[in-house]
Amino acid sequence: MLQLQKVSLEIQGDIDFEILKNINLEFHEKKIYVVTGPNGGGKSSLAKTIMGVYNPTSGQILLDGIDITVKNITDRARLGIGYAFQSPPRFKGIKVKELLKMAASHNPEKVNICDLLYDVGLCAQDYLNRDVDTSLSGGEMKRIEIATVLARNLKVAVFDEPEAGIDLWSFQKLAETFKNIHSKYDTTIILISHQERIMELADEIIIMSNGTVSAQSERDIILAGIMNNDSCACSAKCVKGVGQNAECVG
Amino acid sequence: MLNALDKLMLEKVADLHEIPQGAFNIRKNGAGVQRNTTANIDIVTKEDKSGIDVIIKPYTKGESVHIPVIVTEENINDVVYNTFEVGEYSDVLIVAGCGIHNSGHHKSQHDGIHTFFVRKGAKLKYVEKHYGQGDGNGERVLNPKTIIEVEEGAVVELELIQIKGIDQTKRDTEIRLMDNAKLVVTERLLTYQDQEAESNITVELLGVDSSAQIISRSVAQDDSKQTFYFDLIGRNKGRGHIQCDAIIMHNAQVLSTPRISAHHSEAQLVHEAAIGRIESEQLIKLMSLGFSEQEAEDTILNGFLK
Repeated sequence: MLQLQKVSLEIQGDIDFEILKNINLEFHEKKIYVVTGPNGGGKSSLAKTIMGVYNPTSGQILLDGIDITVKNITDRARLGIGYAFQSPPRFKGIKVKELLKMAASHNPEKVNICDLLYDVGLCAQDYLNRDVDTSLSGGEMKRIEIATVLARNLKVAVFDEPEAGIDLWSFQKLAETFKNIHSKYDTTIILISHQERIMELADEIIIMSNGTVSAQSERDIILAGIMNNDSCACSAKCVKGVGQNAECVG
Repeated sequence: MLNALDKLMLEKVADLHEIPQGAFNIRKNGAGVQRNTTANIDIVTKEDKSGIDVIIKPYTKGESVHIPVIVTEENINDVVYNTFEVGEYSDVLIVAGCGIHNSGHHKSQHDGIHTFFVRKGAKLKYVEKHYGQGDGNGERVLNPKTIIEVEEGAVVELELIQIKGIDQTKRDTEIRLMDNAKLVVTERLLTYQDQEAESNITVELLGVDSSAQIISRSVAQDDSKQTFYFDLIGRNKGRGHIQCDAIIMHNAQVLSTPRISAHHSEAQLVHEAAIGRIESEQLIKLMSLGFSEQEAEDTILNGFLK
């Protein structure tokens, strides 16, 4: 189980900005969580804080009861946390099969790299020997990124907008893949997404806005709430046509 | 006879574990020590100056020529002129490399001046690896010059690699392409400590529909300095592309000057040049797969220079 206790994250600059505010969350084994909410609400920051890319300003993060708050990215990875980037980096001179082998290198189970590519909707023979560089499209990169996380034996797998840039056909394959992991393994899956079809995979949905958890509940309850609520998720009351001050003049 | 050190240097510069099959000429400390020729490939010592002529008969297919040079003593200044005649419609691999082991306090230097005539329809892959070692403070210096004439329809693939231990290098490469000739140059360079490297590559597209691609990747570490000049000249209808990337670390300096000049309205020339640090996102990605920061950095650099 992954627990976030009173986690806050502040970015310091000319003006200090609190990205995550006193977050309390529990993610249990063998469950799928979808984190959703408006852009800028803190979803990706939450994912990066779980992976150790950001260190929380205050609060604690526990994995199976062990405090991992001060552990770095490598340590957390070795403890079984994985993270699929929203915009994955590219590597000149590294082939798809090499990257996937690196990803699988700490997995005690034998991993079939070709099957991994199949699970994300890519033909192994077309991709194994391609370089992970700018010759790949955004959607191809994204699917390879997801495959690197699937290659690992994880306690907690975080996917940051896995559906972004992925075509309809591959999307279907991907959804099946998440369902398969869910039925076969005990991995806690955290999906950051705006897609209704991804939300349908969830056991629980968490809505984040303005750096806080504004709602968390079983999928159907949250989905019903979202569908019935046509107002925006702005921090203050906001009505079109009302803003008349100088900032609004184009 | 070759000793254990000689064999190690041969492995580093020519991937040779044993005496090679086919034609070869091994030069050690300024003199030829071993040579083999085949029915199709002759190697002849030059009479007017130091060096050899390698003559490959037309239609020779699938054969290789290894001409490694090893320098294992200090205070050597070896200048050698080699000429290669690659016959029409042949298809061969030439591996030239230079390994310097200098454990003394004086400079060891080897300057190889190589001239190639790649005849009509021939295919040549030319690999040149440079490697240095030795615990003395004597400098290891390599200044190669390579001139290649690529005749009609011939294809040349060039791999120029300097990965370790050369304190100073100035590499000049000049290539001229005739009708339908094709060229791919891959350059890989790593410098560290206070090493200095300069590489000048000039390619002239002289014939109709010739094409050239130059891909240069380098890593500059510590206080080292790298200077690149790429000059791609389109004198006829043809295509050329220069792509040079450098990763810069610590206090290193990299100067890269790509130049393209067209003298014909159907010459299509492109250059791309980039210098930058290792992207933090790349490090984070590999660390999130369980690599330490150092392992992640090594993996990124090894891939980049592969």
